[in-house]
Amino acid sequence: MVTPGVLVLLLTLLRAHSFTARVLTELRNYDYTKYHPLPEIMTWMQQMETENPEILSTTVYGRSYENRDIQFLKIGLNPHEDKKAIWMDCGIHAREWISPAFCQYFVKEILRTYKTDTKVEHMLKNLDLYVTPVLNLDGYTYTWKDNTTRLWRKNRSPGTGCNCTGTDLNRNFDAFWGSTGSSSDCCEEIYHGTEAKSEAETRAVVDFVGPRSKDFLCFLSIHSYSQMILVPYAHPNIKAPNYDELMEVANDAAKAIKAVHGMDYIVGSSVDLLYPAGGTSIGWARFMGIPYSFTFELRDKGEHGFVLPEDQIQPTCEEAYEGVRAILTYVHDKTFYSAAASLTATLWTTLLASWLTNATLL
Amino acid sequence: MSRPACALWVSALLFLSGDGLASPFQPGTEPPAPEPPESNLIEDLEVPPQFDGAMPRGELVPHHYPAQRAAKVVEHYLNTRYGSPYRRVHLHQVHKAGLEDLGQAGNKYHLEISLKEVVSNTDLGPCSAEVLFSGEQDQRAPQVQCSCEGLKKLDTKAEEEALFQKLNSSDSLLSGSNIPDSYGHVAPEMKPMWKLGAAAASFVMLNESNEGTLYNMAQVANFTQLETENDQLRFKYHILLHEMITQEILHWKLLATWSPAGGVSVSQTELQPKCHHCETASAIEIPEATPSPTSAS
Repeated sequence: MVTPGVLVLLLTLLRAHSFTARVLTELRNYDYTKYHPLPEIMTWMQQMETENPEILSTTVYGRSYENRDIQFLKIGLNPHEDKKAIWMDCGIHAREWISPAFCQYFVKEILRTYKTDTKVEHMLKNLDLYVTPVLNLDGYTYTWKDNTTRLWRKNRSPGTGCNCTGTDLNRNFDAFWGSTGSSSDCCEEIYHGTEAKSEAETRAVVDFVGPRSKDFLCFLSIHSYSQMILVPYAHPNIKAPNYDELMEVANDAAKAIKAVHGMDYIVGSSVDLLYPAGGTSIGWARFMGIPYSFTFELRDKGEHGFVLPEDQIQPTCEEAYEGVRAILTYVHDKTFYSAAASLTATLWTTLLASWLTNATLL
Repeated sequence: MSRPACALWVSALLFLSGDGLASPFQPGTEPPAPEPPESNLIEDLEVPPQFDGAMPRGELVPHHYPAQRAAKVVEHYLNTRYGSPYRRVHLHQVHKAGLEDLGQAGNKYHLEISLKEVVSNTDLGPCSAEVLFSGEQDQRAPQVQCSCEGLKKLDTKAEEEALFQKLNSSDSLLSGSNIPDSYGHVAPEMKPMWKLGAAAASFVMLNESNEGTLYNMAQVANFTQLETENDQLRFKYHILLHEMITQEILHWKLLATWSPAGGVSVSQTELQPKCHHCETASAIEIPEATPSPTSAS
């Protein structure tokens, strides 16, 4: 007769096996048309790394207030020193669930297409993509807690000398911090924190990207909602030196988006389209010299707002992918084809000059 | 010309043209140092509309925020007039906009916009509207006039009558919560109640709007049907509004009445205090005020 202890052991093993089998199956069939809680996203990241080691790696680059690992997925071919890079962060605002959904979709698409799409493959040889699927891990987790927490925006660090929780991470960067369009009241949604970079999540980005800013060509931050592509700055008194170029690139991206499902995304600076805002991540990125910095505001325009239905995840991601791709293509081609042309010209000049010099010496 | 001189000219030419072929893209160029910030006040948000030097005086850029905020007010207004469980109007695009400064009387926006009815997914075509935001002394709601041919072609009588009969004759009173839910999902039987809540919310959003706000309804937290009175269905609604400029979520409780003939009307609107310390909805339940027959605000 089987003792209760052995029975329990057998049952545990069986359950563990079927659980593991179910988990593996679920991961293999990861549903990019559903919203996923943080633990599933973390597992997905590990899975992506395990299945695609030749092109993808994960790195922890910081810790959230509640001590969660802030991670990016680095995607690229031909690793080498001083390789140029693209930054994309999702989920800086907790309630904007379509944003992390897009980062996951984006990674999936890149991995699905790089072996057959020569343009993607070529870009990955010249550029590394750094994708953070969820930057505001604590806030995102909080929005999954129950029905009353779904619309949380900020992170979850406690107020200092103030009875409310959370800082708006997109008002916490060191670019016109606290100047306008943000609040010093820690109970408000656009509270900018006790000082610039007061938040662990902000510091994680700044400490990683900052020292490498000369290698970053492009800094993208994904948000919802409003259907917009925003260019820096969000401050009324200053325009980026390449503002006209940024507008042109953003307009082309908006055209690419519209071509997918007919959705209109309007283009401009935050000051013109929405409101002024000091301390934003793309403001900081542009200020650091990263030339192509954009914020995407994904669907919709207020009908559902932050609670975008899951049946819109796929079409939203499809159009946003084309928008991002348009920007990446422009940035890549401008950097590498122009650089190639300049190099060729220099070579010819040198060759001809040396021939002429030699000829005169004869 | 001697060979050395020739070589010198050619080299110079090539050097100059080679430089021209080089990439104009200069990574790492710093923008000019910013001016010190003028003010820390959040009132700075209400920057007067910027007139693009190229545009005629008074004309606004249609996709910039001043025209967009005014157009949103038209959306709220139309939903108070035409909104129902089966009708919800949404702003599609602003085509043209102009601003008339009326001094103390306020600012009047002239708009050419296009709208969509989202339940039937009907394009309502172009509409023209005027929005008057009263001057600072006057705390009135914005006043809207709108002419929209497309609205007349909407016909939702049949569905509305059917719903009215169903809810009027049912033994139990309908209630619901979290519409849409966290995943954006709305159960089919709750869709009309969602749209009715949005129509009711439009009264509040219209009333609360000014040139510094942009409102959308974020969610119906909950609703409860009350006993029918005077052939009107009645509902208590707790709605969540999202205000875009402050990014705040505002909790409003209101009493909505509806009939197919009478449309939607709203009374007893009450802004709930923002609760910072509570973790659950039950902790913020404020005792219901005794219903009194006041007219819609």
